[in-house]
Amino acid sequence: MKAKLLSVAAAAAALLATSANAQQTVKVGLSLPMTGQQQSTGVQISSAVKLYMQLHGDTVAGKKIEVIIKDDGAVPDTAKRQVQEMIVNDKVDIVGGFGVTPVALAIGPLATQSKTPAVIMAAGTSIITERSPYFVRTSFTLPQSSVIIAGWAVENNIKKVVTLVSDYAPGADAQASFKGRFTAGGGQVLDELKVPLASPDFAPFLQRAADAKPDAIFVFVPSGQGGTFMKQFTERGLDKTGIKVIGPGDVTDDDLLNGMGDAVIGTVTAHLYSADHQSAANKAFVEAFKKANKGLRPNFMAVGGYDGMHLIYEALKKTNGDTDGDKLIAAMKGMKWESPRGPISIDPETRDIVQNIYIRRVERKNGELYNVEFATFEAVKDPGRAKK
Amino acid sequence: MSNVNVPHLLLSRHRWRWPEIAFWLAAFACLLMPSKHLILNEIAILALFALSLDLILGYAGIVSLGHAAFLGAGAYIAGLFAIHVNGDPLLGLLAAAAACGVLGFITSFLVLRGSDLTRLMITLGVALLLGEIANRAAWLTGGADGLQGITMGRLLGLFEFDLYGRTSFTYSLVVLFVLFLLARRLIHSPFGHSLTAIRDNPLRAAAVGIPVKRRLIAIYTFAAIYAGIAGALLTQTTQFVGLDVLSFQRSADVMLVVIIGGAGYLYGGLIGALGFKFLQDWLSALTPQYWHFWIGLILVALVLIGRDRPRRLLHSVQKYVTNRWQSLTGSKAAGSSTGGA
Amino acid sequence: MVTLLFDGLAYGMLLFVLACGLSVTLGLMNFINLAHGAFAMAGGYITVVLTSRAGVPFLAALPIAFLASAALGLLFERTLYVHMYDKSHLDQVLFSIGLVFMAVAAIDYVMGSQQQFITLPDYLQGRLDIAGAGIGRYRLFIVVLCGVLAALLQWILVSTRFGSRLRAAVDDQRVARGLGINVGAIFALTFAAGSGLAGLGGALGAEILGLDPNFPLKFMIYFLIVVTVGGTSSITGPFLASLLLGIADVAGKYYIPALEPFIIYTLMIVVLILRPQGLFARAR
Repeated sequence: MKAKLLSVAAAAAALLATSANAQQTVKVGLSLPMTGQQQSTGVQISSAVKLYMQLHGDTVAGKKIEVIIKDDGAVPDTAKRQVQEMIVNDKVDIVGGFGVTPVALAIGPLATQSKTPAVIMAAGTSIITERSPYFVRTSFTLPQSSVIIAGWAVENNIKKVVTLVSDYAPGADAQASFKGRFTAGGGQVLDELKVPLASPDFAPFLQRAADAKPDAIFVFVPSGQGGTFMKQFTERGLDKTGIKVIGPGDVTDDDLLNGMGDAVIGTVTAHLYSADHQSAANKAFVEAFKKANKGLRPNFMAVGGYDGMHLIYEALKKTNGDTDGDKLIAAMKGMKWESPRGPISIDPETRDIVQNIYIRRVERKNGELYNVEFATFEAVKDPGRAKK
Repeated sequence: MSNVNVPHLLLSRHRWRWPEIAFWLAAFACLLMPSKHLILNEIAILALFALSLDLILGYAGIVSLGHAAFLGAGAYIAGLFAIHVNGDPLLGLLAAAAACGVLGFITSFLVLRGSDLTRLMITLGVALLLGEIANRAAWLTGGADGLQGITMGRLLGLFEFDLYGRTSFTYSLVVLFVLFLLARRLIHSPFGHSLTAIRDNPLRAAAVGIPVKRRLIAIYTFAAIYAGIAGALLTQTTQFVGLDVLSFQRSADVMLVVIIGGAGYLYGGLIGALGFKFLQDWLSALTPQYWHFWIGLILVALVLIGRDRPRRLLHSVQKYVTNRWQSLTGSKAAGSSTGGA
Repeated sequence: MVTLLFDGLAYGMLLFVLACGLSVTLGLMNFINLAHGAFAMAGGYITVVLTSRAGVPFLAALPIAFLASAALGLLFERTLYVHMYDKSHLDQVLFSIGLVFMAVAAIDYVMGSQQQFITLPDYLQGRLDIAGAGIGRYRLFIVVLCGVLAALLQWILVSTRFGSRLRAAVDDQRVARGLGINVGAIFALTFAAGSGLAGLGGALGAEILGLDPNFPLKFMIYFLIVVTVGGTSSITGPFLASLLLGIADVAGKYYIPALEPFIIYTLMIVVLILRPQGLFARAR
């Protein structure tokens, strides 16, 4: 037994002759909001990560992958301390997760200082990946879908729009990038509404939006509030006045879509992922995810986590199990693969995700509500950054 | 009762007893546990924050559900000071302390009157207002993204803030200790005694000539300075400030900490912070999604059993050990004297 | 404008039903029950399970939500809360926040962390046009139902024997006991009714306020504002405070969206400084 172990170790050591760090496990530390307002993000991502490991085994390039999940409650200083502890005490080789932008931004200097690759699986503000050369993103940026839907609106005879976004960084990002593209295309933004993040009631904002008589309302609210928004939209009878709802796909989040009722049918959004995406990879993914999670439907956060794990696995394969931060980042740059959401890649220059953005309409299919994709914009880079 | 020597009694309370010395020796011994420095740093900061709340809650009877207002203000001031003025940590600490002192002085007038509930809501309102201001003033505070680009200089020009949290923890612990000494001195002074008199019965206190309002304003300002320093430490050791430093959650947490540890004997906040954080860290590592349940259960159980039980237990242990010690040394003395005879 | 006023009214009414139980427990037993929102959440989840899984009609689910939350309230009152009355405020805060934490995690475990939705029957969806103003049917339903409830509560409080005993107990518990009023029983009943109303509010509010495991924490502050601004000595105080808060909130968001949060909090602070016992408290 001992001899065998020794020979395995010797073989591994020979393989990794260049590596100074030849331990047998690779530790991945995830900081996720498992409690509090952003909880569903954390739950989706951690479920997807577990699923990936279940489907693909826990050994890569001869190394065992060990994942540590910490609840940061979306609080930046807690997250920072936990990640720091994971790096210093648990000796994790790669960190990941990060449910909200402030958390990711707080981690930036830490990743740089410790040369630890940090895989962003959720937070969607453009600037994040500029803040450390060790950031890689597998989720999305808000401008990606906002700019696309703005272009689609211009082409589909929507001239006047009221924007309604949650009053925090991603909301401002979505609003600005939508407005830029929409007005450049000749559209007119009648009013810009900012809804407090903890707003319980959309009624006054909807009333204000309706009074401006736009062709459509551009909406970005965090995924949990999308359903409440859509219900109140129809409650005011706005669906009958011909005002359309457009926006990034958060408002018709797959996770919740089924409970929103027929009110949402016909809503057009642009997004990176739909549980209805027609591909073999996605069918298998959705089925396995539902089976492992009491019928919960995966959403765009889940694919962010799933692809994040994939990226880590593939990078380790490429470096032959070497966990040196710079080598891993180099391996991740430019990587391309077929995700459940469609073909994606990591931009070698910005380390940000390049992915298809789909235009979808909510329809009832086999008795359930789905975002059905009907147009595709291929390989969209982050427009928020391309501009600068 | 009439022949009790009051000054002597008060002085004897002021004297350091061995459990206190043991407590601080243990605290400084934590410096020898390098793998725990990061969480210990957080605990030291929370302890200072709790100490600040204890000063107004335990000694002046002012309940506050918005104490994060000062923590947050201190955090932002320290962050802005480091970015725009000077990266020296100690100067930043002073700046935050001064600013929070002013803020505490101004807001103290709001909490002079009213029942527990009224004060609870007013303090909460102030904290929520500040949070909203920080959110709106994104050009200054970074808004919801958080204040970034804070780089701290070396502490005393010598020690860099390292990845392992050694400098951070040492720094926070020393600041906590110094401020604790100051608070201890203060509450054992005539000023401190007049505060307890006000807490126990404001009318009677006023009747014997204590300037109630002025005392309350003074202690509230003093506590605000402490909270501001805690906030500054948080900023300097994490080099980041997020909007949540002003959140309701922070105010509620620190209140729980003080209640768990027990208010009104200075160590409550420190012990509470230690227990609360370690429990939280341990439980959330065990079950990241459902740890709130167990925290809740422990809180409920704690109240049903009696919150002062642990403290009473400690107290009786202290008495027991002291008695044993005295009887041991006493018997020794007696033994030697009989031996001599 | 009318629409806006009406939206605010409906929102305020909802807040009243959610918070009035809290106001009574606070006034009667001087007990700070931060877990009040947990009973509201229970009512909401019961309705969701009943309507979406068991196929119970919405209108039938409402009374069940009320009764179930009331029963839950009674159970907790008799087993746990009863030990808390003579403890300090700080103990009460610790105890009830502990209950909230447990409720949040337990619901998360059982029902999952995602937002829940209630499917309304068709006749409650959409809106009516009354004199040129659009009025949501569901909001109208809420206003009518909560208005009736408020009137009923006021009648019970003022005109029934139970009500006069309750008022006596609130005014001076010791004297009430001395007069042979069973304060404990009155309190248990009131607590149950308050929890039941909260449950009903949770069921009604899921559509407008949303429903997820963090509900009790999210709305704790709103309940407390209603109770402190309204005062705890009557039903009308919290009622008027709820309406004021509801309308100010909605109107503020409509007319000056940028300043809205400032308005609510500043208003609260000013009111509490001028009238520490609440805006509508009777002078003593």
